Amino acid sequence: MSTLSAEKTGVRVLTMGEAIREALAEELRRDPTVFVMGEDVAEAGTAFKVLLGLVDEFGPERVIDSPISEPGITGLGVGAAMTGMRPVIDIMFGDFITLTMDQMVNQAAKIHYMSGGKLKVPMVLRTTMGASRRSAAQHSQSLHAWFSHVPGLKVVVPSTPYDAKGLLKTAIRDDNPVAFFEDKMMYQLKGEVPEEEYTIPFGVADIKRPGTDITIVATSSMVQVSLAAAEMLAEIGIEAEVVDPRTTFPLDKEAIIESAKKTSRAIVVDEGYERYGVTAEIASVIADGAFYYLDAPVKRIGAMDVPIPFSPALEDLTVPTADTVVETAKALCGRN
Amino acid sequence: MAKAAKQTKPKTSKSATPDAEEWLTMYEQMVRIRSFEERVNLLYTSAKMPGLAHLYIGEEAIAVGVCSVLNAEDYITSTHRGHGHCIAKGADVDIMFAELLGKAAGYCKGKGGSMHIADQANGNLGANAIVGGSAGIAVGAAFSAQRLGNGRVAVCFFGEGAMGQGFLAETMNLAQLWKLPVIFVCENNMYNEYTHFSETTAGNPADRARALGMHTEEQDGQDIRVVYETALTAVERARRGEGPAFLMFHTYRYHGHHVGDINREYYRSKEEERDWVENRDPLALFADWLLAKKLTDRSVLDGIEAEVKEEVERGAQFALDAPYPDPSEVSTNVYA
Repeated sequence: MSTLSAEKTGVRVLTMGEAIREALAEELRRDPTVFVMGEDVAEAGTAFKVLLGLVDEFGPERVIDSPISEPGITGLGVGAAMTGMRPVIDIMFGDFITLTMDQMVNQAAKIHYMSGGKLKVPMVLRTTMGASRRSAAQHSQSLHAWFSHVPGLKVVVPSTPYDAKGLLKTAIRDDNPVAFFEDKMMYQLKGEVPEEEYTIPFGVADIKRPGTDITIVATSSMVQVSLAAAEMLAEIGIEAEVVDPRTTFPLDKEAIIESAKKTSRAIVVDEGYERYGVTAEIASVIADGAFYYLDAPVKRIGAMDVPIPFSPALEDLTVPTADTVVETAKALCGRN
Repeated sequence: MAKAAKQTKPKTSKSATPDAEEWLTMYEQMVRIRSFEERVNLLYTSAKMPGLAHLYIGEEAIAVGVCSVLNAEDYITSTHRGHGHCIAKGADVDIMFAELLGKAAGYCKGKGGSMHIADQANGNLGANAIVGGSAGIAVGAAFSAQRLGNGRVAVCFFGEGAMGQGFLAETMNLAQLWKLPVIFVCENNMYNEYTHFSETTAGNPADRARALGMHTEEQDGQDIRVVYETALTAVERARRGEGPAFLMFHTYRYHGHHVGDINREYYRSKEEERDWVENRDPLALFADWLLAKKLTDRSVLDGIEAEVKEEVERGAQFALDAPYPDPSEVSTNVYA
């Protein structure tokens, strides 16, 4: 990440974890109906320490340690959201969203529609994603595509501290159920975050790096991987444009299509499983909207379609890397 | 976790000894439910109603007894067998019929149907087609009532079949742990769809609530006086901040699991059905008591029945004549 230049004012360098904590603190301060609930969220500050200190300012009434009961606390969040509060439900590992499925998919996502618009569920489910912590198959998945599949839910996949803060504030203020996926390998990632209040609207992609020769649409940690790949590609004269949708729903189709039209080549990189995944959806968007501009088929890069293994020697094989992105880009650009 | 910081507003409490007029209002509500459901059965069997209907006939004393101790702003969550709860909480039959027929004038603009009617104005947070699925909503509503200090309580209706769902156990744990003002009302009609509960349920369901230290009662659900008194005690406890309750009422559904479940001798005998209808009917028991106590006379009861029947017929006709939703409605209310 870029370092701060001394003359800039009002901008600090924060880690992603700090940016998320700051977003929550600001929203807890701003709106008394916001509360945070989850396993070990108070004194422990979650397994990843992201929430450390929040309970000191806001107390155990608003930063609430729950039983180990993912369906229970998610359901409680749905009901509280329907009746005047704005819950932020913390699910420690993204793998555990499997336990929340009925409450998220059949309740939270459906209630506004089923009630003909009478009831709303302004709730955020915060959780993690991503492999590479040697945590094996039940603590390493990126399941954001599952929620992206369901009408009624919105899904956020931030890639920088700046985005994480602005998007989380938007999520808390949104009147719909929002799933917010944080890559657990990115909590120490540093980036510039302004002092002043800001939010980032959903459904607006960000061009993380402009380029002319190939479009790389990347999400969450894969944005950093793709930016590294873009640097490597630049050394051999290929200028990659890295497009970060920031939310998988709503999806900024227009920005993605425009970039693909401009560069005529596209790769989609996401850490979810490749089959039936986010990459498939975005590749389809590009094929549909930019087909006659393309000089090559759209390529997808996702996690290997296997349960994530424990052994470092095996786990590292399952996750997309900058080298994979570079090799794929070179092949698409006829540079092998 | 400590109690809400805010002061609980005093609520007008319901009478421990209803007078003749109040009893007659309850009788009228029970008649309204039965009459509505008989008309639903007719609509369904004459192919005028799409989808499914799960009739509540035989269980009327529970919905009316419980809802009669609630205020309009108190919350309920309901089940797939939810018409009785909806009417008991104050819904109008014409708008309900419209919802059942998928008409634009329905409570949910025809998007919810029989199994998803919500009526926010009367505190009904919705029927729910997932067995046990609404428990989180009720507990969340009780959580927000406690936090917002608005003095409301939430009632979660469910059948004994929901005792097989782990989610219910999780939400009961949360409710008791945090002393939330929620009443779990188990309507034990003995049949989990097409299977006797003894084949599906280990032990006495009420013992599970007792094991949590929850205020628990097991009572006759056919006698509205018993239901009313039991519910009143539980609701007043909850309003005083003394925590949740689990009330199990023994009852019987006269019809099958749904309107199409006609040939059901493989799971229950005609003798058993006849015994409940002839000897344990909640309307007949209530009428007999009202007459024996000289709180009313037969002509008054007959008058109520005639008036309600007419209201129901008008309501059904209103719904039959009402237009379907405009096609543009299909994609509205997905997001708030």
